[in-house]
Amino acid sequence: MYSYKHKLFLKRIRRKKIFIITFQLLILFIFILLWQFLSDYGYINSFIGSSPKRVLQTLIKLYNSGDLLKHIYITCLETIISFSLATVIGIFIASIYWLFPIVHKICEPYLTIMNSLPKIALGPIIIIWVGAKMSSIIVMALLISLILTIINVHHSFVNTDYNKIKLLKSFNASNYQIYRYLIFPGNINGIINALKVNISMSLIGVIMGEFLVSKEGIGYLIMYGSQVFNLNLVISGIIVLCIVATVMFLIINFIENKLIKNKK
Amino acid sequence: MDNNILIVNNLGKTYQTINEEIKAVDNFSLSLKDGELLSIVGPSGCGKSTILSILCGLETDYDGSIKLSDGKTLGYMLQQDSLFEWLTILDNCLLGLKINHTLDNNTKQYVINLLNTYGLKDFINSYPSCLSGGMRQRVALIRTLATKPDILLLDEPFSALDSQSRLAVSDDVYRIIKKEHKSAIMVTHDLAEAISFSDRVIVLSERPCHIKNIHTINLTNASTPIKNRECKEFNNYYNLIWKELDFHV
Repeated sequence: MYSYKHKLFLKRIRRKKIFIITFQLLILFIFILLWQFLSDYGYINSFIGSSPKRVLQTLIKLYNSGDLLKHIYITCLETIISFSLATVIGIFIASIYWLFPIVHKICEPYLTIMNSLPKIALGPIIIIWVGAKMSSIIVMALLISLILTIINVHHSFVNTDYNKIKLLKSFNASNYQIYRYLIFPGNINGIINALKVNISMSLIGVIMGEFLVSKEGIGYLIMYGSQVFNLNLVISGIIVLCIVATVMFLIINFIENKLIKNKK
Repeated sequence: MDNNILIVNNLGKTYQTINEEIKAVDNFSLSLKDGELLSIVGPSGCGKSTILSILCGLETDYDGSIKLSDGKTLGYMLQQDSLFEWLTILDNCLLGLKINHTLDNNTKQYVINLLNTYGLKDFINSYPSCLSGGMRQRVALIRTLATKPDILLLDEPFSALDSQSRLAVSDDVYRIIKKEHKSAIMVTHDLAEAISFSDRVIVLSERPCHIKNIHTINLTNASTPIKNRECKEFNNYYNLIWKELDFHV
């Protein structure tokens, strides 16, 4: 069906894609190889710098003892709980702000202060008030992601095309009807963008919380490793964290694509 | 009211800002007969659109009076089609009915019939992104017609279109309005559009706008907007109103 030129065009695109992926993998491969080589020949102190082999051994050991999955499970659980809470509460508050602009005006300075405050400063208070357990980690992560969720979702709400609002008003729509038919469904993209920020913020909050209070989780693994000066453990923790963060991002991307596909 | 379905008396509107009061409309009156098409032209920024906003209830704080015959209703059509991209063409057209809580099988069938009649049969379940600019504007008109208004308020309905589809769409909209037996008030800055489209043209002054003159358009062999442009009186009206508008560059 395709002309010769079109086939050539498709082939060129495919080649470019393969080229890019090959290079991406090559960088990773060379990095690991170089790291192993430098520590094998003593250019870097493997006690401080670890090595790919040691990291792998540590991971296998952790996996065999069942600790690895337990820590990943705890961190994911905390992230998902705080992410969900931040999403629901954040969208709810942003909606209240849109429906009652005067409430937003009144709350605005406090929101700005809360947004600029480094939330980790609240860590000690949260631990005392909530206790040194999982719930204080969730509160911490919630504080970090909630404020941004409110700001981002509200921002996308207020930037709705005014002509569309005018149109609904010409049908005598109430404020709530405008929200229901236009503001919420029309800003699904804005909400998803807020969720993308929200998921990484929740993860940051959870790891920070685990640094401060936890007895389990990937953050705890990294903290514990540094306290007993086991750098293999620290670097293994970081690598696991990288993978967890990537998987979470991919899940949100998948959901976004699903939602956008449904609209076409 | 001798077959006037809308009478506006001494309409005035002043906007309040922190630094000043801006008078947008001053002493504006009009009457509209059943089935009449009326155009309002005036310099840009003179407050033409404000008049329509007041008429359809978007602006509530105004002076003067607006009298609508019993049982008559207004429908508003904007410059942008403002179709909701996440709704199908049918759902877009049903918006007004949903908001007024008048959506039932009869009203829904009425909208489907309108879409079928005006060449959108194959697009009922498509999304707005599949449609050309002219078709989108036709959907916007049907969305306004769905609530069965007697008077259409058209706010620069064609100015977002390129000049070729603009002519075609204005012809299109004219036919639909005539066929559905509606009256209309159209605001535009395009003189030729106003003359070829309407029975009367109201010429406004600069801000605060008041009525400078009202022209009754009498064309020999008047038919649809595109053909009306070929009538011999067309140019006379054009030159006359052009001078009245008194454009400065």
